[in-house]
Amino acid sequence: MNSDLGDISTLLIYGAMASYVVAMIAFAVDVSALGVGAPKDRRRRAAGIGLSTMWLGAGLQFVGIVVRGLAAGRVPWANMYEFTLMFTFFVVAIFLGLQTRRDVRYLGVAVSMLAFLALMLAVSVLYVEADGVQPALRSYWLVIHVSVATLATGLSGLAAIISIAQLIKARSERASAGSATMAASGSTAEVTSGAAGGGTSSTATAVAETATESGATFGSRIVGSLPASANMERLAYRLNAVGFVAWTFTLVAGAIWAEHAWGRPWGWDPKETWTFVIWVIYAAYLHARVTTGWAAEKFAYFALVGFMAVLANFYIVNIFFSGKHSYAGV
Amino acid sequence: MATRYEPEGLATTDDAADGIEPAPKRAGGGGAGSSGPRSPSGGRGSGAPRGDAGLGVRGWLRWTWRQLTSMRVALLLLLLLAVVALPGAFFPQRTSDPNAVQQYFLDHPDTADLLDSLHLFDVYASPWFSAVYLLLFVSLIGCILPRTWVHLKNLRAEPSRVPSRFTRFDVRGQARAVGTPEQVRRSLDAALGRRYRRRLASERGRTADGEARTALTISAERGFGRETGNLVFHLALVGLLVVTAWGQLVHYRGQVVVVQGDTFVNSPLDFDSFDTGSWYGADAQEPFRVRLDSFESEFTVDSQARDFVAGVTLTETDGATRTADVRVNHPLETNDTRIYLTGNGFAPRFTVTDGSGEVAFSGAVPFLPTADPNYTSNGVVMVPDANGGERQLGFNGVLLPTATADEEGNLIGSAYPQPLDPAVVLNVWVGDLGLDNGVPQNLYLLDTTNMEQVLTTAEDGTEGPVQVVLRPGESVDLPDGLGTITFEDLPRFAAFDVRYDPSIVWMGVFAGLAFAGLVASLFLPRRRIWVRLVAGADGDTVVSAAALARGDDPGLQRELDRVLAVLDSDQAATSKEDR
Repeated sequence: MNSDLGDISTLLIYGAMASYVVAMIAFAVDVSALGVGAPKDRRRRAAGIGLSTMWLGAGLQFVGIVVRGLAAGRVPWANMYEFTLMFTFFVVAIFLGLQTRRDVRYLGVAVSMLAFLALMLAVSVLYVEADGVQPALRSYWLVIHVSVATLATGLSGLAAIISIAQLIKARSERASAGSATMAASGSTAEVTSGAAGGGTSSTATAVAETATESGATFGSRIVGSLPASANMERLAYRLNAVGFVAWTFTLVAGAIWAEHAWGRPWGWDPKETWTFVIWVIYAAYLHARVTTGWAAEKFAYFALVGFMAVLANFYIVNIFFSGKHSYAGV
Repeated sequence: MATRYEPEGLATTDDAADGIEPAPKRAGGGGAGSSGPRSPSGGRGSGAPRGDAGLGVRGWLRWTWRQLTSMRVALLLLLLLAVVALPGAFFPQRTSDPNAVQQYFLDHPDTADLLDSLHLFDVYASPWFSAVYLLLFVSLIGCILPRTWVHLKNLRAEPSRVPSRFTRFDVRGQARAVGTPEQVRRSLDAALGRRYRRRLASERGRTADGEARTALTISAERGFGRETGNLVFHLALVGLLVVTAWGQLVHYRGQVVVVQGDTFVNSPLDFDSFDTGSWYGADAQEPFRVRLDSFESEFTVDSQARDFVAGVTLTETDGATRTADVRVNHPLETNDTRIYLTGNGFAPRFTVTDGSGEVAFSGAVPFLPTADPNYTSNGVVMVPDANGGERQLGFNGVLLPTATADEEGNLIGSAYPQPLDPAVVLNVWVGDLGLDNGVPQNLYLLDTTNMEQVLTTAEDGTEGPVQVVLRPGESVDLPDGLGTITFEDLPRFAAFDVRYDPSIVWMGVFAGLAFAGLVASLFLPRRRIWVRLVAGADGDTVVSAAALARGDDPGLQRELDRVLAVLDSDQAATSKEDR
């Protein structure tokens, strides 16, 4: 429609990508400073630069999305390229929003990397000119259904990043708990740590022991600076809970739209099937979590599997499966 | 009675509730917590029933029921549901794409039968898929109904007694307030606000040095909506399943192709395909008529569809007529039926005369669009009445809405979806169309088993099939005195789905309930606050308070602080515990 505006939008997205790269490097510098033993309470200038460029990138991306919508004369989330713009924006925006309330700078590297990689894939493979949409998409449900789906993807993505950090941290916590027990109770250490940490604990204990003896390693100092895994688990849970509500809404709104457009609310179209599977995985995650007697790491694996299904639903199903959602393709 | 309150599976709060109010833990029965009757280990009967000979059938049944309603099995079934739903995304399904299933049988003849016997082409109607979701729903009902019962009782019960020790709780507060315990209690009572249900009581106790004294207490709780939402969510899912099943039984769906100017009646006879549930009654079918007055389409320069509008006249049961536009995403609604625009294309109108000069066929024939965005369409013209039925005529070929030709003038394709320069290219067949033997025929495919293609000899002496190329208004004499064919004009056709399914509204209701319930169960805080007030030595009041929430509740301390903030306290909370 308006190709000049479309080009401006693309340029803005390139700008956002550049910002995310700078942010990623800055955050990486910050983290590696921790790794070589910088004090935790130092002034973290690199992280500050990372955050500022993240804000810049998010701002550029937001304007880019708005301009894209103006260029196409419709809401800017009607194909895979625009879907990627939206969900990466949500990942970054939710990260920045969280950062205003608590310190989540430890996520900076991963968030900026995810945003950059997804955008890279979008501009290089998924890009299409800003244009109108086919009749099946001309519905206000496009506005509702798809935007909430992008939000849900963003929430699940950020939660998955936190879950990964949680798993790494939990590993080192188990290890150090094991070595602490060892130091404290001497000869009974093996028995106690075995009970506390499960099968892998003996190796973990050994690793932790070497670490304590030879001083902290690069990796262990970084992991040591992460918040307690239980705190990260709670944060991931909250994001996933909101994400689950958003997925539920996407599912219900999608069914209503399908009823309008195709004359049936549910038809086990590949996209519908995958979305259903994702919903079930996250439902299982929530159920597992409210049930006592499970270690926190297990929920994290559920959430990770859920996010992998989200990615599969987007990248694999849209491109390789033919179904009624095919128009949402490249 | 004590309100049962089980924490949401966090070990830290577990011991807090423990010993204060002994929550009856009946396996498979009581418990109002989210973990509820679903104990993680499968309840009391996590092992096989003991007392091998003594239990008998009833014992085994009870054991099975406990297993089925346990959270562990429910989780297993939930994950299993995800697993068994997936094959439907990998194999074509008869319900959503029957043609792809046929294609699969052609492409993989050696494996297709095996897959079919495993129901992989009807995953969602297969015994194994049904087994999983039915078991899951039985498990869900077995868990939810007792919980609903317990919750209803809890709604009527008073808040529980104040626990004797507050040290067990993570969230505590302490203050000294000016005024008598009664005055302080009144102001705290007001500060709690309307959301809390509370019980005011007094208790007799002893101080550390053995002196008898009376303490006033407040026990307040809020957030029953959390469990209510949880139950509503799960019950709504059951409702959704039930109405979906009901809809499957009573629904009907007809598909029809209508050429511009033609009318169809909402009756099984008029539909090209028609399927119904087993409770369908033909008299329930609203006898309306729909006439396709016009069809308009809009495309971008690069052949992308932008809009389809079918202008129709609807004649309702009582004879009233109205005109309407049917669009994609905008179905036409009658009293209880919806009419969806599902497809469109061209239906060239032909007149065929046979060798004797009689008009053997005249009418518009829908040509089905191929995958080509420029509407290259395939179609068949059958003329059973030609030559008195002795030598029937058949034509098959393509329609090109905007015909393009190569350098030699042969038509090779269509350049645009609109009929800017339409042409049909037809092969001519003569023989027996096979329409009279009673076997249903595909109207878009010419059965050439008993037919012979009409050939012609080209200038260079080679024999090849006759190709008839026609543009609107053109007429061609067929070779061998077979007759003539005329391409009169090019009306459009629209394909409609007519669907009656009274369960749709109820699906919406239950989906809405489920969503609201889900939001409530995840985000409504469930909190309890206890306060104990003891008269202090200098005429003031010693206030100690504790709070407990279900699940994560980062706002709990803030909430307790908010309530205590009304006290005109000049001493900050200390960690000293007052009995």
